[in-house]
Amino acid sequence: MSLLEISSTMLYTAFILYLIATGFFGATIKSKKQKRGISEKIGITLTIIGFIAQLVYFITRWMASGHAPVSNMFEFVTAFGMAMVLAFIILYFIYRLTVLGLFALPVAMIVIAYASMFPSDVAPLVPSLQSNWLGIHVTTVALSIGILSISFVAGLIYLIKFVDQSNRSKRTTWLEIILFTLFVFIGFSVISVIFNFIDYEAKFQYIDGTNEVETVYEMPAIVGPHDGTALTEDAMKPWFEAPGWMLGKDAGRKFNTLIWSFITGLVIYLLCRLIARKRIGAALQPLMKKVNLDLVDEISYRAVAIGFPLFTLGGLIFAAIWAQIAWDRFWGWDPKEVWALITWFFYAAFLHLRLSRGWHGEKSAWLSIVGFAIIMFNLVGVNLLLAGLHSYA
Amino acid sequence: MEKIKCECGHVNPLGTVLCEACGKPIEGNQHIDGNENKKLLNMRYEGSARRSKTYTSSFIDKIWTFFSSVKVGVWLIVIALIASALGTIYPQEQYIPAEAISRDPAVFYEATYGTTGKLYYQLGFHDLYGSWWYMILLALIGVSLVICSLDRFIPLYRALKKQRAKRHETFIRRQRYFSETEQVSEDEITKVKNRLRKQRYKISEENGHILAEKGRFSRWGPYVNHIGLIIILIAALLRQTPLLFLDEYVWVREGQQTVIPGTKGEYYIENKEFILEIYDESDGEIYKDALEMQGEAVAKNYQTNAIIYKKKEESVVGAEPELEVIKEAEIKMNNPLKFDGYTLYQAGYQLDEFDTMSFKVHQTDDTDKESLGTFTVDLTKPDQTYELDNGLRVQIDQYYPDYELDKGEPRSKTKFPRNPAFVFLIYPPEENKPEVSFVGIGRNIDPTNENQYKLGIADFSMRDVSGLTVRKDYTLPLFIIGAAIFMIGVIQGMYWQHRRVWIHPKGKNVLLAAHTNKNWHGLKQNIEKAITDTKINLVEDQQELEEEVKKKGGKS
Ligand code: HEM
Repeated sequence: MSLLEISSTMLYTAFILYLIATGFFGATIKSKKQKRGISEKIGITLTIIGFIAQLVYFITRWMASGHAPVSNMFEFVTAFGMAMVLAFIILYFIYRLTVLGLFALPVAMIVIAYASMFPSDVAPLVPSLQSNWLGIHVTTVALSIGILSISFVAGLIYLIKFVDQSNRSKRTTWLEIILFTLFVFIGFSVISVIFNFIDYEAKFQYIDGTNEVETVYEMPAIVGPHDGTALTEDAMKPWFEAPGWMLGKDAGRKFNTLIWSFITGLVIYLLCRLIARKRIGAALQPLMKKVNLDLVDEISYRAVAIGFPLFTLGGLIFAAIWAQIAWDRFWGWDPKEVWALITWFFYAAFLHLRLSRGWHGEKSAWLSIVGFAIIMFNLVGVNLLLAGLHSYA
Repeated sequence: MEKIKCECGHVNPLGTVLCEACGKPIEGNQHIDGNENKKLLNMRYEGSARRSKTYTSSFIDKIWTFFSSVKVGVWLIVIALIASALGTIYPQEQYIPAEAISRDPAVFYEATYGTTGKLYYQLGFHDLYGSWWYMILLALIGVSLVICSLDRFIPLYRALKKQRAKRHETFIRRQRYFSETEQVSEDEITKVKNRLRKQRYKISEENGHILAEKGRFSRWGPYVNHIGLIIILIAALLRQTPLLFLDEYVWVREGQQTVIPGTKGEYYIENKEFILEIYDESDGEIYKDALEMQGEAVAKNYQTNAIIYKKKEESVVGAEPELEVIKEAEIKMNNPLKFDGYTLYQAGYQLDEFDTMSFKVHQTDDTDKESLGTFTVDLTKPDQTYELDNGLRVQIDQYYPDYELDKGEPRSKTKFPRNPAFVFLIYPPEENKPEVSFVGIGRNIDPTNENQYKLGIADFSMRDVSGLTVRKDYTLPLFIIGAAIFMIGVIQGMYWQHRRVWIHPKGKNVLLAAHTNKNWHGLKQNIEKAITDTKINLVEDQQELEEEVKKKGGKS
């Protein structure tokens, strides 16, 4: 087996282990006992083994490609998922809260599945990326947003327990929207696997700037590329075209994937609601009986307290150093850079609100969710909607 | 100035909420920190006297109060956040793509994005981050930062310095972590004290009252990081001045030597060779799939092999300057060249520009095209006329370095010799009336069709051109210092916490109270460890968070 094959096998292994571990964490929720049970031990052990497997993926891929495997979107997002698991493991050993695993691992899996949407071939580095600072910058960013995501997970747990589900309110609706968004990501994984399995492919040609380019759809085209023409004969005809204001690379294909994910997510969501016969938030609430709100709030804040300095270092300072060396300027107002600055502003505001205005508990939980949304926008939205330098990402 | 004397004897400044020494709430000032009708005391600034809360009448007071409000600070941050986001809706001016309809922003935005694009341009959002109001926003954040920090740091520093181990009972009872235990022996108290010391708490005692404290320095974290931010803001301001910041661009052709702009003619660069490398099979099997998918060549390296010269001091004015080599280096992307405070970056390139072109003249009706003479034109510095051996004289009437036909009119697209074309005037020997001839690549036109002589391209040479940015940035160290101070400050404030435990004997009983500025969980663990197998009760969390849940129940 080549290094690269070992690497991808290890990534699969990690994914499966996280899945199983989630099950064991789930089992701890139901148990009446206050004491730490056997399933909790198995859960955290599997998580650690899974993390080690993913570490092996990382190292072997590094060895095979000759550069830190954080140089394209597939590698970066995978590293992000890995960082999230690491952050969970660390916070688990500080706070011993199993319900964190029940939510953190699935979110990490969603992230890793999302990574698989991007081509996973080992690509050579273009000159601007040939710098050690790239690796340092991106690894630190992945680590910091991994930790910040745990703040989101804890915030979500807080809200699921806290929000009164006895009747419908603005709060229940918003919580439901957040949960639905997670279903869209699950929908994305499911539908990708399905079309991957039946090996669907349709080619299109369109104009990107002044170049004619070809794009391969791996899902039937509901939305075609802007001003595109189909190259595959018997493929489904697009119902409409991607609007011209979507500027990202390959926007049509990504938008199409988004629509498919949305539809699949909706189907799964509706099925779940049909089975539960109540809002998903309401269905999850009983799982939170043992959860101590104060502790969850503390974890959510702690994750920001650890993640914010790291983000400053990786997302702003290391990024600036690299940009200075590669592009002769340390700051260039590129959309991805600006959104890193926005993320930073946001968490600064979060800290100030918490410190001085006493935004603890519920308000802080909502904020942690907004923070995660901003991070995800920088990961997903900026690539789809905005054109920029970080086009590798 | 009026002072407030506490019953413990300490004299506090006006506006104090909790006595700096013993912590007793000072009557009449409790509204300042919102302690009225509350079980717990607001400990954020130790109840110290802040200017913004004490003096509020004069105009200056009002400004001070305004900017020292964190609420205002957060609003400024949020506004900056939203403004920054607006700037990413469409590309900023400098990112208008090279292949756009027009690179003139007045045209580009409307043509590409319609009415919203036009509006975007009219509102000045195409250069949002360089706009005056964005600058003002950042400056206001700076002002707010300074005032806010001064307002709090000084009184907080005083309060923490003046604090005593012995605290007022009210202060103890109104802490978030509190417990009371009856009938506690000296030994047990000593045990707890020693265990706290073991956990690296600093112990101070006063008449049997104990204060265990650690991590006080973390309280200065925010102020340190704000100093870092101020330095960065100042650096950003200084960068606007040309004195400290130089940004130039220079094109150098292979084999050419040219003065480096921005160096007052002191330095010269020679481009020995420009190299562009592409990934191919030799780079290994592993990239095969990715390269195939890319479908086009992927660059591996851009590099200029350059020599830097410095003008010798004693060069005579007007004469060719005497140069000495000071550096010979390979300038690559991610590997800039530094010399005497300047930095050269590999920023662009132009492949295969024409260097020279040779022409041959022959009789129009000569089928063998026997040469009557040749001449060579240096395409960056063409001569006006060329005298040939047989007495022919060729004059350049028009030169288009980068020829194209624009609506039937010939013109030059750029000033670079990428597609040179000429209108030549050929003077036969001893004649004054020239023949006109148009020659370019793949073109040879005789407008009259009566020319006796014909010109043809005999040979040409090509070369690459390197684009280099020239930078000199004296503000960089300032940015680095600012960023470093900021990092030290945030880490100091975030990764450490200021924890205090008070042991307050009261007759045979013991009151235990504790406070931390963050991470209450960790503090509780410290206390648990300290009191194991003693009689002393674990502190209770008096903050009624669970209560609040019951009260509000999340109903909207
Ligand atoms: C982008 C700008 C800013 C950043 C990145 C920033 C960063 C920080 C950080 C990291 C902390 C520590 C928070 C904690 O320990 O949880 C802090 C605290 C603080 N900041 Fe800022 N800050 C900024 C702007 C401001 C402004 C404009 C003000 C003034 C209104 C301000 C006032 C404060 C105050 C009063 C504290 C708390 C000190 C304390 O209560 O101990 N900050 N800041």
